[in-house]
Amino acid sequence: MTIVYDDEPDADEIPVRRIRFTINGAKKVAEVEPRLLLAHLIRQGLKLTGTHTGCDTTNCGACTVLVDGKPVKSCTMLAVQVDGHEITTVEGLATASELHPLQEGFKEEHGLQCGFCTPGMMLAAKALLDHNPDPTEEDVRWALSGNLCRCTGYQNIVKSVLWAAEKLRS
Amino acid sequence: MYPSRFRYEAPRSLDEAITLLREGGDDAKVLAGGQSLVPLMKLRFASPELIVDINNLPGLDYHREDPDGTLHVGALCRHVDLERSELLKSKQPTMAAAAPLIADPIVRNRGTLVGSLCHADPQGDWASVALALGGSIVAHGPGGRRTIKVADFVTGPFQNVLEPDEIAVEAIIPAARGARAGGYLKLERRVGDFATVGVAVAIETSGDTVTRAGIALTGVGGSTIGATAAAEALVGEPLTEQKIELAAQLAADVSRPRTDHRGSAEYKRHIVHTFVVRLLSRADGFAERAA
Ligand SMILES: Cc1cc2nc3c(=O)[nH]c(=O)nc-3n(C[C@H](O)[C@H](O)[C@H](O)COP(=O)(O)OP(=O)(O)OC[C@H]3O[C@@H](n4cnc5c(N)ncnc54)[C@H](O)[C@@H]3O)c2cc1C
Ligand code: FES
Ligand code: FES
Repeated sequence: MTIVYDDEPDADEIPVRRIRFTINGAKKVAEVEPRLLLAHLIRQGLKLTGTHTGCDTTNCGACTVLVDGKPVKSCTMLAVQVDGHEITTVEGLATASELHPLQEGFKEEHGLQCGFCTPGMMLAAKALLDHNPDPTEEDVRWALSGNLCRCTGYQNIVKSVLWAAEKLRS
Repeated sequence: MYPSRFRYEAPRSLDEAITLLREGGDDAKVLAGGQSLVPLMKLRFASPELIVDINNLPGLDYHREDPDGTLHVGALCRHVDLERSELLKSKQPTMAAAAPLIADPIVRNRGTLVGSLCHADPQGDWASVALALGGSIVAHGPGGRRTIKVADFVTGPFQNVLEPDEIAVEAIIPAARGARAGGYLKLERRVGDFATVGVAVAIETSGDTVTRAGIALTGVGGSTIGATAAAEALVGEPLTEQKIELAAQLAADVSRPRTDHRGSAEYKRHIVHTFVVRLLSRADGFAERAA
């Protein structure tokens, strides 16, 4: 896996660090410049473009991934910081043959329109359901309050997560 | 956006971290939750040459109470840990009310209380809470430890009294001498926004009498404002309606709000008054939050 830097006069002095991490179950080694953001490692380095960058200013939550099971904004974490840690992106939700109940829920309940916010929403929701399998509507709204959606008005997103919670419990 | 180039170190001991900071001098920065520093670096408002990431330092993620009731919050205790804390729910009503109102749930997974105090953003919520509770910060440097009152810690917007080679290792909230009550109210335009107005109230009572009081204001001036006169007006007396009104008036008087996109100065001053009344009118171990 390669990340290409612009050839600047001081290119030979770029401080590169080797990190080891697990992403969606696969173990990886990467050489990263410390200023590389986790979002860039995921999208450009690993070509996992399901993680979106929306605002790039820590506001929208489109770039949300799980680090050791906890949602973080990957535009606001350095890639070097995941050394030794485990990342889950939206690509890690489905198996080869089956959608994750959250993905099914978003399909059944029309939880998306343009889909830009959806990966972040699903990962924030996954962290909620992992920790609280039987959330109330209020719990869902609270857990997703760091993720912005410009299309749906949120109603169907909340329904999708409640649908998934029920499916996961049964 | 991405930050300008820097050297990165993630030491595994406090001594190592201090040595690195000492070498880096003014060009070095501590990285805790990164929820303020990384955005600033991306915008190039901050361009440190050395980042000392303290996330790998062992044993700093605690918050615990001494037998005498003193609360210690370690440098790696995240906002979310405080939001979910049973200890705060039962013992620290002002802090328990504020924790869920800091930023948004995803930012709370990384951001820290100590980092927030160090960041010294005039809009920061923890600064008011810690000021109202008479808290302190413990700084660890090459010469050992020193304890600094929150009231003396901030020297200006985004500036604190730490030396470049000091790390804030914990925040301390002193034990209550009486029964503790209090709350934090924050008016925000939407989840994750900084406060239009925030008011922290912390009081201690013995019988009917208020034995200690702290009131501090967020977002209504160029810094966190301690409403000292308002708080002092309450001490030594029972909480009557007149006293509450007086304290609310004194707090509104000491606020220095500015008209901006969040509201007019007059509106914000009015909210300060309203929040102080609301918080004090429910001083029965209340933990009111949000508006
Ligand atoms: C979208 C968004 C909304 C937010 N809303 C709010 C809000 O409503 N209210 C609020 O109060 N905050 C808000 N914040 C800020 C948030 O609370 C940050 O977590 C906090 O201000 C900084 O804590 P941190 O651990 O992330 O520190 P960092 O970002 O890692 O560091 C901040 C600064 O403090 C210094 N520092 C940090 N820890 C130490 C230490 N132990 N010793 C010495 N120096 C240290 C760093 O060098 C840096 O200069 C928001 C942030 C975002 C991104
Ligand atoms: S892109 Fe990271 S929060 Fe918007
Ligand atoms: S579906 Fe378009 S932003 Fe949410």
